[in-house]
Amino acid sequence: MTDSLGVPGALPREPSGRAGVLLLLALGAAVLLLPPFLPDPRAQPDLVAGVLLPPGWDHPLGTDHLSRDVFARLVYGGRVSLAVSLGAALLAVTLGAGVGLVAGYAGGRTDAVLMRVVDAALAVPRLILLLLVVALLERIPLWGLILAIGATGWLGTSRLVRAETMRLRTMEFVRAASALGAGHLRILLRHLAPNVAGPLVVATTLAAGDVMLLEAGLSYLGLGVQAPTPSWGNMIFDAKPYLVTAPWVAVAPGIAILLGVFAVNLVGESLGQRFGGHHR
Amino acid sequence: MNRWLLRRAASAMGTFLLACTLLFFLMRLTPGDPLLRLSEDRPMSPEALANLRAHYGLDQPVTTQFVAFVGGVLRGDLGASIEHGGRPVVSLLRERLPASLLLGATTLLLNFSLGIAIGAWQARHAGRRSERWVDLAGLATASAPSFWVAIVLAWAFGTELRWFPVAFMYDPLLPADASPLAHVIDYLRHLVLPAATLTIVTVGVTARYQRATMLEALAMAPVRAARARGLTESRVRWRHAWPNALGPMLALFGLWLPIVVSGSVFVESVFAWPGLGTLAAEALASRDYPVLMGTAILIAATVVAASFFADLAHRWVDPRLRTT
Repeated sequence: MTDSLGVPGALPREPSGRAGVLLLLALGAAVLLLPPFLPDPRAQPDLVAGVLLPPGWDHPLGTDHLSRDVFARLVYGGRVSLAVSLGAALLAVTLGAGVGLVAGYAGGRTDAVLMRVVDAALAVPRLILLLLVVALLERIPLWGLILAIGATGWLGTSRLVRAETMRLRTMEFVRAASALGAGHLRILLRHLAPNVAGPLVVATTLAAGDVMLLEAGLSYLGLGVQAPTPSWGNMIFDAKPYLVTAPWVAVAPGIAILLGVFAVNLVGESLGQRFGGHHR
Repeated sequence: MNRWLLRRAASAMGTFLLACTLLFFLMRLTPGDPLLRLSEDRPMSPEALANLRAHYGLDQPVTTQFVAFVGGVLRGDLGASIEHGGRPVVSLLRERLPASLLLGATTLLLNFSLGIAIGAWQARHAGRRSERWVDLAGLATASAPSFWVAIVLAWAFGTELRWFPVAFMYDPLLPADASPLAHVIDYLRHLVLPAATLTIVTVGVTARYQRATMLEALAMAPVRAARARGLTESRVRWRHAWPNALGPMLALFGLWLPIVVSGSVFVESVFAWPGLGTLAAEALASRDYPVLMGTAILIAATVVAASFFADLAHRWVDPRLRTT
């Protein structure tokens, strides 16, 4: 059903899906290409007269309480937020695919045990799991954050991949490979894994949206990306006390998160219609 | 039916115990020591730390701690809070539960009534341009961070327009001898913004789900037969198609219910709503692990119970499931 993922073929056909791709490309291009033209996001040029300036010519989105340029921080923060999303989503989906493939292929007791554990872990909301883990760590580094968010996000994917694998396992091409003497590992990696690639692409996209929201939430609670590194979430965290006097400082990163998650969901959804496996 | 019920209940219990086990070992395996975090900003002598360790049983072997932990959970004893002067965690949870239930029940009611109405309208006009825009709007609101929506609503309708209060569940200055009606109105006014926030960020999912299940139901043979018999469109939709779309919606109900109990950590803390979410956020800030664990266990219990009752209700509305 999903033989190749060549780029032109994988592009969504619906206008909304294409809008999603364009929006993502625009966001990606902005955070990758704009920084050389921007002021240093850590610079605090004028702590007396330059704080909480409204949007204007010098500062397109105004300045924050430390007189830092909000637009520059938004772009640099976007690098961090998008990198965390991509990293954690890839990690989560890889873990989920691994567990799902093994459970679905092995079946029997292995499958029963793995899925019992997944069921139990799903009983605790991911945010609460993350809060428990992250709260124990002192000033979590960026890779630690990616690890923690990724490690708590594979449960749904593993169920999806398991179901796909169980369906494929009894199909003729798998039995033929087995009859030709292919080992378990070869069947798993060469014959089954490529066939769950379509749903996995969808799962990765949707996972990236979830991660973006989680990172923002954790950073908003002061537990995610640590200052002075900006991220969309901790920008809102920083802006909270100045909401009444300078709402733009909080509104801008919120809109950035909304656009990012929306774009990712649009893409995920139209890919889901093509590859199936639409599953949250 | 009875054997099914017993089996399902036993499996729910097993899932809950396994979840507690996972939580326990997650806490043990994560690097970092709760007591060290605790003593960070209040210097303690090594003896005092050792005493605390003994007090919380942290000097015992892991297996002993684990048995004590599970035994405690089964007896409804979740330990004592570190921050709240050693109060039992269970009594803290009980104190905060009503506020979360009030906010959650309101949200669920709004979510399902609006979501079903919007989704049914979408199914009715599927493919129309205006429907497509509503669909996109549902996806967009579901993509917004809840705390940000909360902040923006609080700023717009609270600070700027001054239509609704932005903090707490009731006005502490309202005289106690005010009329009951005044108290009810006061509660309702405090409820508006948090409930609106939670509804905005969740209703899109419900609507899109209802749209999909309704379209599926409309394609079913009995529904087409009803239409062929010449029944009115609204009768076909609400009497014949909708009940068939209800089963999957119950599963969604089971999915939202835990969100009700955990409140939303974010929305509750933005509006200083005195529920479980705010309790968890406070516990997080003061590293009050017993309280965090207690909240997680309560939520796990709710999730397991919710999926159990959703299954039960699904069997009740869908007779086909009873044969298994």
